[in-house]
Amino acid sequence: MERIPILRMGDLLLVTIQVDMHDRLAMMLQDDLTARIVKEQAKGVLIDISALDVVDSFIGRMISNTAAMARVLDASTVVVGMQPAVAITLVELGLALTGVKTALNVERGMALLGKNYL
Amino acid sequence: MVNYSAESDTFASSIGKFDEFPGSDERASLPLRSDEHVVALRKMVRERATAIDLSLVDQTKLVTAASELARNTLKYGGGGEVLAVTLSDGVRQGIRLTFVDKGPGIANVEQALSDGFTTGAGLGLGLGGARRLADEFEIMSKPGEGTTVSILKWKR
Repeated sequence: MERIPILRMGDLLLVTIQVDMHDRLAMMLQDDLTARIVKEQAKGVLIDISALDVVDSFIGRMISNTAAMARVLDASTVVVGMQPAVAITLVELGLALTGVKTALNVERGMALLGKNYL
Repeated sequence: MVNYSAESDTFASSIGKFDEFPGSDERASLPLRSDEHVVALRKMVRERATAIDLSLVDQTKLVTAASELARNTLKYGGGGEVLAVTLSDGVRQGIRLTFVDKGPGIANVEQALSDGFTTGAGLGLGLGGARRLADEFEIMSKPGEGTTVSILKWKR
Protein backbone atom coordinates (compact mmCIF):
# COMPACT_ATOMS: atom_id res chain seq x y z
CA MET A 1 0.00 0.00 0.00
CA GLU A 2 1.09 3.55 -0.79
CA ARG A 3 2.61 5.35 2.23
CA ILE A 4 4.56 8.53 2.93
CA PRO A 5 8.01 7.53 4.25
CA ILE A 6 9.12 8.80 7.67
CA LEU A 7 12.88 9.00 8.27
CA ARG A 8 14.52 9.10 11.69
CA MET A 9 17.59 11.23 12.31
CA GLY A 10 18.67 11.14 15.95
CA ASP A 11 15.65 12.21 17.95
CA LEU A 12 14.01 13.86 14.95
CA LEU A 13 11.53 12.49 12.45
CA LEU A 14 11.66 13.81 8.91
CA VAL A 15 8.80 13.67 6.44
CA THR A 16 8.98 14.94 2.90
CA ILE A 17 5.63 14.88 1.19
CA GLN A 18 6.27 14.45 -2.51
CA VAL A 19 2.98 13.17 -3.83
CA ASP A 20 -0.42 14.79 -4.21
CA MET A 21 -2.05 13.13 -1.20
CA HIS A 22 -5.59 11.85 -1.21
CA ASP A 23 -7.45 12.09 2.07
CA ARG A 24 -6.85 8.54 3.27
CA LEU A 25 -3.13 8.88 2.64
CA ALA A 26 -3.08 12.08 4.71
CA MET A 27 -4.85 10.34 7.59
CA MET A 28 -2.44 7.41 7.36
CA LEU A 29 0.49 9.79 7.63
CA GLN A 30 -1.02 11.32 10.76
CA ASP A 31 -1.44 7.87 12.32
CA ASP A 32 2.04 6.72 11.28
CA LEU A 33 3.70 9.88 12.58
CA THR A 34 2.11 9.79 16.01
CA ALA A 35 2.97 6.09 16.34
CA ARG A 36 6.58 6.75 15.33
CA ILE A 37 6.94 9.67 17.77
CA VAL A 38 6.14 7.31 20.63
CA LYS A 39 8.13 4.36 19.27
CA GLU A 40 11.30 6.38 18.56
CA GLN A 41 10.77 8.79 21.50
CA ALA A 42 11.23 11.60 19.03
CA LYS A 43 11.53 15.17 20.29
CA GLY A 44 10.99 16.89 16.98
CA VAL A 45 9.11 16.41 13.72
CA LEU A 46 10.01 18.21 10.54
CA ILE A 47 7.47 18.13 7.71
CA ASP A 48 8.72 19.35 4.34
CA ILE A 49 5.86 20.43 2.09
CA SER A 50 7.95 22.24 -0.53
CA ALA A 51 6.83 19.78 -3.22
CA LEU A 52 3.12 20.34 -2.49
CA ASP A 53 1.51 22.74 -4.94
CA VAL A 54 -1.88 22.48 -3.23
CA VAL A 55 -2.82 22.37 0.45
CA ASP A 56 -6.58 22.35 0.89
CA SER A 57 -8.55 22.48 4.14
CA PHE A 58 -8.29 18.73 4.70
CA ILE A 59 -4.50 18.57 4.32
CA GLY A 60 -4.20 21.83 6.28
CA ARG A 61 -6.22 20.39 9.11
CA MET A 62 -4.15 17.20 9.05
CA ILE A 63 -0.97 19.26 9.38
CA SER A 64 -2.34 21.35 12.20
CA ASN A 65 -3.77 18.33 14.04
CA THR A 66 -0.51 16.43 13.65
CA ALA A 67 1.37 19.34 15.22
CA ALA A 68 -1.09 19.41 18.12
CA MET A 69 -0.84 15.63 18.63
CA ALA A 70 2.94 15.78 18.53
CA ARG A 71 2.89 18.51 21.16
CA VAL A 72 0.76 16.35 23.44
CA LEU A 73 3.30 13.56 22.87
CA ASP A 74 6.14 15.91 23.92
CA ALA A 75 7.51 16.58 20.44
CA SER A 76 7.69 19.86 18.49
CA THR A 77 6.69 20.10 14.85
CA VAL A 78 7.99 22.47 12.21
CA VAL A 79 6.43 22.68 8.76
CA VAL A 80 8.94 23.87 6.18
CA GLY A 81 9.02 24.98 2.57
CA MET A 82 5.48 26.15 1.95
CA GLN A 83 5.16 27.67 -1.53
CA PRO A 84 4.03 31.33 -1.56
CA ALA A 85 0.96 30.58 -3.72
CA VAL A 86 -0.05 27.89 -1.22
CA ALA A 87 0.32 30.33 1.70
CA ILE A 88 -1.87 32.93 -0.05
CA THR A 89 -4.53 30.34 -0.86
CA LEU A 90 -4.55 28.78 2.62
CA VAL A 91 -5.07 32.11 4.36
CA GLU A 92 -7.79 33.12 1.90
CA LEU A 93 -9.43 29.76 2.48
CA GLY A 94 -9.60 30.66 6.17
CA LEU A 95 -6.87 28.41 7.48
CA ALA A 96 -3.90 30.23 8.97
CA LEU A 97 -2.35 27.13 10.61
CA THR A 98 -2.36 28.92 13.96
CA GLY A 99 -0.15 27.17 16.46
CA VAL A 100 1.97 25.44 13.83
CA LYS A 101 5.63 26.43 13.73
CA THR A 102 6.88 27.10 10.21
CA ALA A 103 10.22 27.79 8.56
CA LEU A 104 11.17 28.69 5.03
CA ASN A 105 13.48 25.73 4.49
CA VAL A 106 14.80 22.55 6.08
CA GLU A 107 17.90 24.24 7.44
CA ARG A 108 15.93 26.90 9.29
CA GLY A 109 13.44 24.28 10.42
CA MET A 110 16.27 22.25 11.92
CA ALA A 111 17.51 25.37 13.71
CA LEU A 112 14.03 25.93 15.13
CA LEU A 113 14.12 22.40 16.50
CA GLY A 114 17.45 23.18 18.12
CA LYS A 115 19.59 21.26 15.63
CA ASN A 116 22.38 22.93 13.77
CA TYR A 117 24.12 20.56 11.44
CA LEU A 118 26.07 23.18 9.56
CA MET B 1 -35.26 25.69 -5.26
CA VAL B 2 -32.68 27.53 -3.24
CA ASN B 3 -30.50 29.58 -5.51
CA TYR B 4 -27.61 31.59 -4.23
CA SER B 5 -25.33 33.48 -6.54
CA ALA B 6 -22.45 35.78 -5.64
CA GLU B 7 -22.96 37.80 -8.80
CA SER B 8 -26.35 36.53 -9.74
CA ASP B 9 -26.95 38.48 -12.94
CA THR B 10 -23.56 38.06 -14.52
CA PHE B 11 -23.20 34.46 -13.56
CA ALA B 12 -26.63 33.18 -14.47
CA SER B 13 -26.40 34.76 -17.88
CA SER B 14 -22.83 33.57 -18.36
CA ILE B 15 -23.85 29.96 -18.50
CA GLY B 16 -25.36 30.21 -21.95
CA LYS B 17 -23.74 33.34 -23.20
CA PHE B 18 -20.07 32.66 -23.57
CA ASP B 19 -18.71 30.77 -26.49
CA GLU B 20 -16.94 27.64 -25.55
CA PHE B 21 -13.99 26.63 -27.62
CA PRO B 22 -14.67 24.03 -30.26
CA GLY B 23 -13.03 20.68 -29.85
CA SER B 24 -13.62 17.95 -27.31
CA ASP B 25 -10.56 18.87 -25.24
CA GLU B 26 -12.21 22.01 -23.89
CA ARG B 27 -15.03 20.16 -22.17
CA ALA B 28 -14.57 17.18 -19.95
CA SER B 29 -16.32 15.43 -17.13
CA LEU B 30 -14.84 13.32 -14.40
CA PRO B 31 -16.56 11.02 -11.92
CA LEU B 32 -16.24 11.84 -8.21
CA ARG B 33 -16.67 8.57 -6.40
CA SER B 34 -13.41 8.08 -4.51
CA ASP B 35 -10.46 9.94 -2.95
CA GLU B 36 -8.41 9.09 -6.04
CA HIS B 37 -10.91 10.89 -8.25
CA VAL B 38 -10.33 14.07 -6.24
CA VAL B 39 -6.59 13.77 -6.92
CA ALA B 40 -7.29 13.17 -10.63
CA LEU B 41 -9.48 16.28 -10.71
CA ARG B 42 -6.77 18.43 -9.10
CA LYS B 43 -4.38 17.28 -11.82
CA MET B 44 -6.87 17.97 -14.61
CA VAL B 45 -7.71 21.44 -13.28
CA ARG B 46 -4.01 22.27 -12.95
CA GLU B 47 -3.43 21.27 -16.59
CA ARG B 48 -6.34 23.39 -17.81
CA ALA B 49 -5.24 26.35 -15.71
CA THR B 50 -1.72 26.08 -17.12
CA ALA B 51 -3.10 25.81 -20.66
CA ILE B 52 -4.81 29.21 -20.44
CA ASP B 53 -1.79 30.62 -18.62
CA LEU B 54 -3.45 31.47 -15.29
CA SER B 55 -1.01 32.99 -12.80
CA LEU B 56 0.49 30.55 -10.30
CA VAL B 57 -1.56 32.03 -7.45
CA ASP B 58 -4.80 31.79 -9.45
CA GLN B 59 -3.96 28.23 -10.50
CA THR B 60 -3.45 27.32 -6.87
CA LYS B 61 -6.69 29.02 -5.81
CA LEU B 62 -8.69 27.24 -8.52
CA VAL B 63 -7.20 23.82 -7.80
CA THR B 64 -7.78 24.30 -4.07
CA ALA B 65 -11.39 25.41 -4.57
CA ALA B 66 -11.92 22.39 -6.85
CA SER B 67 -10.51 20.10 -4.18
CA GLU B 68 -12.85 21.51 -1.52
CA LEU B 69 -15.94 21.18 -3.71
CA ALA B 70 -14.99 17.71 -4.93
CA ARG B 71 -14.66 16.56 -1.33
CA ASN B 72 -18.12 18.00 -0.56
CA THR B 73 -19.60 16.15 -3.54
CA LEU B 74 -17.99 12.96 -2.26
CA LYS B 75 -18.70 13.29 1.45
CA TYR B 76 -22.03 15.06 1.59
CA GLY B 77 -23.47 14.35 -1.86
CA GLY B 78 -22.60 10.65 -1.85
CA GLY B 79 -20.51 11.09 -4.99
CA GLY B 80 -21.33 12.60 -8.33
CA GLU B 81 -19.43 14.20 -11.15
CA VAL B 82 -17.68 17.35 -12.22
CA LEU B 83 -17.84 19.09 -15.58
CA ALA B 84 -14.89 21.25 -16.59
CA VAL B 85 -15.18 23.81 -19.37
CA THR B 86 -12.58 26.21 -20.72
CA LEU B 87 -14.49 29.21 -22.03
CA SER B 88 -14.13 32.75 -23.29
CA ASP B 89 -16.29 35.86 -23.07
CA GLY B 90 -14.59 37.26 -26.14
CA VAL B 91 -12.03 39.21 -24.13
CA ARG B 92 -10.63 36.79 -21.60
CA GLN B 93 -10.46 33.09 -21.01
CA GLY B 94 -11.68 31.27 -17.98
CA ILE B 95 -12.37 27.87 -16.50
CA ARG B 96 -15.71 26.82 -15.17
CA LEU B 97 -16.13 23.78 -12.95
CA THR B 98 -19.57 22.42 -12.14
CA PHE B 99 -20.02 19.85 -9.37
CA VAL B 100 -23.19 17.81 -9.49
CA ASP B 101 -24.51 15.30 -6.99
CA LYS B 102 -27.87 13.69 -6.38
CA GLY B 103 -27.42 13.52 -2.63
CA PRO B 104 -29.62 14.77 0.21
CA GLY B 105 -29.20 18.45 -0.76
CA ILE B 106 -28.57 21.37 1.57
CA ALA B 107 -31.46 22.53 3.76
CA ASN B 108 -30.02 25.99 4.47
CA VAL B 109 -27.60 27.21 1.82
CA GLU B 110 -26.80 30.52 3.57
CA GLN B 111 -25.82 28.62 6.70
CA ALA B 112 -23.77 26.10 4.71
CA LEU B 113 -21.82 28.97 3.16
CA SER B 114 -20.83 30.46 6.50
CA ASP B 115 -17.38 29.61 7.76
CA GLY B 116 -17.27 27.09 10.54
CA PHE B 117 -20.63 25.51 9.80
CA THR B 118 -20.51 21.79 9.08
CA THR B 119 -22.82 18.83 9.45
CA GLY B 120 -19.81 16.54 9.24
CA ALA B 121 -16.47 16.38 11.03
CA GLY B 122 -14.67 18.95 8.90
CA LEU B 123 -13.77 22.55 9.55
CA GLY B 124 -16.69 24.01 7.62
CA LEU B 125 -14.39 26.01 5.37
CA GLY B 126 -14.96 24.17 2.10
CA LEU B 127 -17.99 25.89 0.60
CA GLY B 128 -17.32 29.42 1.87
CA GLY B 129 -13.62 29.03 1.12
CA ALA B 130 -14.26 27.88 -2.45
CA ARG B 131 -16.52 30.89 -2.93
CA ARG B 132 -13.75 33.24 -1.78
CA LEU B 133 -11.15 31.57 -4.00
CA ALA B 134 -13.25 31.73 -7.18
CA ASP B 135 -14.24 34.80 -9.23
CA GLU B 136 -17.83 33.67 -9.63
CA PHE B 137 -19.77 31.18 -7.57
CA GLU B 138 -23.22 29.68 -7.82
CA ILE B 139 -24.98 27.03 -5.81
CA MET B 140 -28.32 25.37 -6.33
CA SER B 141 -29.65 22.82 -3.94
CA LYS B 142 -32.94 21.13 -3.30
CA PRO B 143 -33.43 18.88 -0.27
CA GLY B 144 -33.86 15.30 -1.40
CA GLU B 145 -32.72 15.96 -4.96
CA GLY B 146 -29.12 17.07 -4.84
CA THR B 147 -26.74 19.95 -5.14
CA THR B 148 -25.01 21.72 -8.03
CA VAL B 149 -22.13 24.09 -7.37
CA SER B 150 -20.37 26.09 -10.08
CA ILE B 151 -17.20 28.12 -9.84
CA LEU B 152 -15.49 30.22 -12.48
CA LYS B 153 -12.00 31.67 -12.56
CA TRP B 154 -11.00 34.22 -15.20
CA LYS B 155 -7.51 34.82 -16.46
CA ARG B 156 -6.52 38.29 -15.32
